[in-house]
Amino acid sequence: MDAFWIILTGSLVASSCGLLGCFLLLRKMTMVGDAISHAVLPGIAIAYLITDSRASFPMLLGAAIFGIITTMLIEFFSKLGKLQEDAAIGVSFTWLFSIGVILISFFAGQVDLDQECVLYGEIAYVPLQTIILDNGIDLGPEAVWMLGFNLLVVITVIVTGYKGLLVTSFDELLAASLGISTVFWHYLLMSLVSLTTVFSFESVGAIMVVAFLIGPPAIAYLLTDRLPRMLILSVLAGILSAIFGYFLAVGINGSIAGAMASVIGLQFILALFFGPKSGLNILKSNLAKNEKQKISA
Amino acid sequence: MDLFTDFFLLKDPNVKWVVIAVVLMSSSSAVIGCFTFLRKRALVGDAISHAILPGICLSFLITESKNPFYLLVGAFISGWIGLYLIDYITRNTKIKTDAALGLILSVFYGIGILLLTSIQNSGNAAQSGLDKYLFGNAASMMPSDIKIFGVFSLVLLLLIFLFYDSFKLITFDRNYAAAKGFPVKRLEFLISILTVFAIAVGIQAVGVVLMAALLITPAAAARYWTNDLKIMLILSAAFATVAGISGTFVSYTFPKMPTGPWIVMVLSLLAIFSILLGKRKGILAKWQKSRRVETKMLHENILKCMYHLGEVNSNFLELWSFAEMKDKRSLSSKQLNEGLKKLEKNGLVSIRGKAARFTEKGLEEGRRVTKIHRLWEIYLTKHMQLPADHVHDDAEAIEHLITPEIEKELEHQLEYPLIDPHDSPIPYNNKE
Repeated sequence: MDAFWIILTGSLVASSCGLLGCFLLLRKMTMVGDAISHAVLPGIAIAYLITDSRASFPMLLGAAIFGIITTMLIEFFSKLGKLQEDAAIGVSFTWLFSIGVILISFFAGQVDLDQECVLYGEIAYVPLQTIILDNGIDLGPEAVWMLGFNLLVVITVIVTGYKGLLVTSFDELLAASLGISTVFWHYLLMSLVSLTTVFSFESVGAIMVVAFLIGPPAIAYLLTDRLPRMLILSVLAGILSAIFGYFLAVGINGSIAGAMASVIGLQFILALFFGPKSGLNILKSNLAKNEKQKISA
Repeated sequence: MDLFTDFFLLKDPNVKWVVIAVVLMSSSSAVIGCFTFLRKRALVGDAISHAILPGICLSFLITESKNPFYLLVGAFISGWIGLYLIDYITRNTKIKTDAALGLILSVFYGIGILLLTSIQNSGNAAQSGLDKYLFGNAASMMPSDIKIFGVFSLVLLLLIFLFYDSFKLITFDRNYAAAKGFPVKRLEFLISILTVFAIAVGIQAVGVVLMAALLITPAAAARYWTNDLKIMLILSAAFATVAGISGTFVSYTFPKMPTGPWIVMVLSLLAIFSILLGKRKGILAKWQKSRRVETKMLHENILKCMYHLGEVNSNFLELWSFAEMKDKRSLSSKQLNEGLKKLEKNGLVSIRGKAARFTEKGLEEGRRVTKIHRLWEIYLTKHMQLPADHVHDDAEAIEHLITPEIEKELEHQLEYPLIDPHDSPIPYNNKE
C-alpha cells in the first residue's frame, strides 16, 4: 500500500508541475520558475518556526509573501540597479535560498524540518501522515489530498483560462491587440508555480520541483508541436517517471525523488535520440533520400 | 569573544590553512565568474554546479575513497558533460537555452541525490562527510584537502593571469578577436574549462546548491564600482575573500552550520550595498547625476529667460522682478527662488528683494545658452529639413548638453548665421 501512495504522490506532483511547466517552457521562463522554487524556502521556514507545525495555510502564506519578494527583488536588481536579467535572477534566488538554509540550520532540532527535506524531500514518509476521521476511518495520506487539491486548481485554471494562457504564451502582440492582459496571465501563472512549489516541497524538496517543472514538458516538446498533445504527453511522462522512479529507488536504496528525476532524464535522452524529430531519425531519412536520389540518377 | 580572537589571530595552525584555502578557492571562482558574468552566461554556472554532484558520487563509488583529487576529477568530468549537453540540446532541438539549463541542472542534481542517498544508506563508513558537498563546510577540511584545493586554485588564478588579454578581448569583442586571428573557439573552450574547474574546486566551500552565487554575485557587485576589467577582477576577488572568511568563521564557531549559505549571505549583502552606493552604476550615484543635470538645466533656463527679457529693450542689466520672469517662462516660485539663490552664490546674478539682475558673468552665460539654442534651431532646419515650428523643443533639450567644442563646430558649419528660423538675432560675443 505504501508503494501505491508514494507513486500516487509522485504522479500528482508530476502532473501539476508538468502542466504548468509547458507554459513556462513556451514563455522561456523556466529559470524564473527555478528561482521561485528556491526562493520560497525562507517563507516556508519562517512559517514552520512561527506556527511550529506543518499546517498548510501559514506555509502557503509565507511562500506567497516570499514569491512576491523574489519578483520584486529581481525587478529591483534589473530595473533600478540595471543589472542584466540573468545575473539579477541568480543573485536574488541564491540569497533568499541561503537565508532559508540558515534559518533551518539555526533552528535545527527545534522544528521538524531539516536540510534533507529541503534538498530532496521526504516522499517516503508521505504514507505515515494520514488523515483519520473521528469515527476512525482512514482517508489516506494528507499529502495526497493536498496535492490532489492543487492539481484540481491547476487543471481548473488551465481549462477555464486556456485561451488567455495560449495566446499570451505564443504571441504577446496578438494578445495585446485582442485586449488580453499579459501581466495578468503572467502573475496568475507565477502564483500557480509558487502554490505548486509549496505543496510539492515536502515530498520532493525545493530543488527537485524544478526537474518536474521542466523535464516532462521538455520531453513532450520534443515529441509534438501541438499544445493540447504536449500537455497530455507531459503529464504522461511525469507519471511514468513517478512509477519507474519508485522502483529504481527501492532497487538501489536511494532517494525516491532523486530517482524520479533520474528517470525524467532517461526519458529525455530517449526522446532526444529516438523521438520522431530526433537527430537520429532525421539522419535516417536524409540517408534514405540520398539512396533514392542515387537510384533515380 | 575568545573564539573571535582565536580565529582572526589564526592561533590554531589548522585554521590558518583553512582560511588561506578558502580565500584562494572563493577568489578564483569570483575572478573567473567575472568573465561568465560579462559574457551573459551567469545561469550556466548555476547549471554546471548542480551537474557536478553525480560526478562526485560516482568517483566515490569507483575509487571507494574520499581522496579530494579523484573527487575533483569526477566533478570536473560530470560538470563538463552537463555543459556539453546544454550546448548539444540548444543547438540540435527547438528547446531554448533556459529550459536546457533547467533540465540539466535538475536532472543531474536528481541523479546525484539518488547516488548520494544510495551511498549513505549502504552503510559504508567511509562515506560520512560526502554530504558536505551539498552546502559546503570549509571549516572541516582535512590538511590533505587544503593542499589540493589550494594548489588548484592557485593554478586557476595563474592561468587567468596568463590569458588575461585574450580573455578580455573575446569577452568584449568576439568578432574583432576573430578578425585579428585569435583562436576564439579554443579560448572560449578554455574559459569554459576554467569555469567548470573553478566550480569543482569551489563547492568544497559553498556546496553545489549555492555555488552559482560565488560566480555571479561578486562579479555583479564589483561591476557597480568600476568600468575597468582589471579592477573589477580584483574587487570581485576581494568581495569573495571577505565572504569566504566570514563563512568559515561562522562554521568554525558553530560546527553544525554549513559554510555555503553564510558565504552567500555576506556576498549578497555586499552586492546590495554596491548596487545602492556603487560609484559607477550605483543607484545613489545615478540619482545624484540626474539631480546635477536637473539643476544645471534649471539654472541655464533662468539665465536664458532673463536674457530674453533683456532682449526686448536691449537693456540686459535691468532689474527683473520674479513675476516678470514667471510670465516669460513657466517656472514655479520654488524653482525660481532656489535657482536664483544658487546663481547668486555662483556670482551670476544679484538679487534685490523680489527681483534679480545679471552680473557681467551671468549675462555672458545667458547669451551663450541663447546662442546655442538658436544655432541648433538653424542646424535642424538646414540639415534635417525640419520645419521652423518643430525645432524649438529639441533645441530646449540639447542646449544644456552642447560642449564648447561642438559650439565652435556648429558656428563654423553654419557659417556664422545672423538670425535663427524665428528671425531672432544670434547673440555672438563681441570678441568673436
